[in-house]
Amino acid sequence: MNMLDFLFFVEVTLSGLMAGVMYSLVALGFVLIFKASGIFNFAQGVMALFAALTLVGLMEKFGFPIWLAIIGTIAVMIALAWLIERVMLRQLVNQEPIILFMATIGLAYVLEGMGDILWGSDVKLLDLGIPQGAWEWLYIRGIYIEKLEMFAAGTAAIMVAFLAVFFQKTRIGRALRAVADDHQAALSVGISLHTIWVIVWSVAGIVALVAGIMWGSKSGVQFSLSLIALKALPVLILGGFTSVPGAIIGGMIIGVGEKLAEVYLGPFVGGAIENWFAYMLALAFLLFRPQGLFGEKIIERV
Amino acid sequence: MIYRETGQFKANYQDDQALFPIDQDRYVIFGILFITFAVVPYLLNQYWLNAILLPFLIYSLAALGLNILTGYCGQLSLGTGAFMAVGAFSVYKLMVAFPELGFIPMVLLSGLITAAVGTLFGLPSLRIKGFYLAVATLAAQFFLIWLFNKVGWFFNYSASGMINAPPMTIFGVIVTGPEANGVAKYYLVAAFVAVFALAAKNIARGRIGRNWMAIRDMDIAAELIGVRPLIAKLSAFAVSSFYIGMAGALYFAVWLGSAEPTEAFDINQSFLVLFMIIIGGLGSVLGSFLGAAFLVILPIMLKNILVDGFGTDSALSAHIEIITVGVLIIGFLIVEPHGLARLWRIAKEKMRLWPFPY
Repeated sequence: MNMLDFLFFVEVTLSGLMAGVMYSLVALGFVLIFKASGIFNFAQGVMALFAALTLVGLMEKFGFPIWLAIIGTIAVMIALAWLIERVMLRQLVNQEPIILFMATIGLAYVLEGMGDILWGSDVKLLDLGIPQGAWEWLYIRGIYIEKLEMFAAGTAAIMVAFLAVFFQKTRIGRALRAVADDHQAALSVGISLHTIWVIVWSVAGIVALVAGIMWGSKSGVQFSLSLIALKALPVLILGGFTSVPGAIIGGMIIGVGEKLAEVYLGPFVGGAIENWFAYMLALAFLLFRPQGLFGEKIIERV
Repeated sequence: MIYRETGQFKANYQDDQALFPIDQDRYVIFGILFITFAVVPYLLNQYWLNAILLPFLIYSLAALGLNILTGYCGQLSLGTGAFMAVGAFSVYKLMVAFPELGFIPMVLLSGLITAAVGTLFGLPSLRIKGFYLAVATLAAQFFLIWLFNKVGWFFNYSASGMINAPPMTIFGVIVTGPEANGVAKYYLVAAFVAVFALAAKNIARGRIGRNWMAIRDMDIAAELIGVRPLIAKLSAFAVSSFYIGMAGALYFAVWLGSAEPTEAFDINQSFLVLFMIIIGGLGSVLGSFLGAAFLVILPIMLKNILVDGFGTDSALSAHIEIITVGVLIIGFLIVEPHGLARLWRIAKEKMRLWPFPY
């Protein structure tokens, strides 16, 4: 392998890592909700789309400045979380996971239609002044890295740190972990399930907003944004449904694997393998660790 | 008063083990079969047959298949669309390569091919459970659709990547292709659905079906009492894929006539069939039919009401339609999480006691 090939390999790996972080941003929202309520929230991708649409809509239609639009969108996402808890989750307590999963698919349909009716279904540009283009310091050394993706990686790191502190140190975080551990025990020591659910869906909504901003800046705010949920699923099963670090590391493994496969394997099988390769990779991992890399060990008893 | 088993004495084991032990059930089933085959084709016009009854029957078959896997055996699968595609492409290759085989054996064969593919993708279920498995079946969905898009052999290297059903005949009557008559297609599909619905009901109450249900309710306990998970799970995948493959074959050859893998068999197809069995009722043959009827007729009805009734423009009405479907799904799950079949079971209990409340 000569120097140029090696540099190319490094570039592919790095850009895979960055793309993986983008997947992780979406996967994080899944993990939060699954941890706190055992719900597999299929609507996470559509939530990202909805948040990005709201942000763009507030900026374009109402002429809000960026900071106000972001605050406004956060408020909308919190209101949405409250509404979801009130109308949907509260009625579905104690149902089987598959029922809850189906309900979130229904929710995805509703959000998708609402977003389109409210803000229109055309492709929108999202420009928050996030730097774009190549990162010069590496570019002159022969490696092309997108600045936006570096920025996304930084944001993800900050968010994970913030979430870790939130989960470990704050009162609400402790309550969240208690609920995740055992609903009934948490209820019996006086933790309100309903409040916790609103909080966790709000946090997931904000994570969705961040994911929506990053993906929206990258490829425009449009319907296909909601499909990134499908990209996040292999990340989830690889990292484990219940682990925040799992979502990040899983995202990186998937991102790197996908990019490497696309570059070195794709030409031999006709390309466009990114749709399924991640799933096959995750499936191969699962055969050795059925609960994902960092998932809680599944203890089975009769 | 009218509907109860009191007074219907069974004199031998055969009667006792009958598929429908209560006389009234039997009469109703015969009545439905009579209406399906002798009344409906002469009463309804081509639009009804082609646009509503055909998709309803075909989706019922697919829903039956998924219900065997998810409802009876408890293995959540999101690969239905891809398995339907396997059935469709198998029947296409058979139609083109061996036209003398006859259409009915072709459909059965493509079901068998799908069963083989389904068993292969069912292998991870031995190790992976729950939502991990659901996401793993998505691997099948994306991989198979990619395969049908990329490998020219599957669509006979046609430039558009589409597959078109050539005309096939059964006893001299054309059943596929653009010239086929709605009534002929309807008879064919209805016959398939009737035969295999009865078969499903029989399988489900037999030894295999009981093994599936034991696995569903608790796989470790089932293993301890001697159900072999390997055989139970893989047989569920095989039988389920057999049904779904046949449904896919009929869906492509009889109903659509031409298909393109990314459009006709995408992941929304998988979700649609999953919705059908959830709304209809998990682990119920009747539920598969009710769910399919609900989800086939609802969008057509909504579109008719919105576009023709209120004159809403079609883009907006598409959005309203998707919202309504979403709201109805959530509403249904809240009101009756066990599905429409459960409502029927409650009604049956009430009828046995009628006119007394208890």
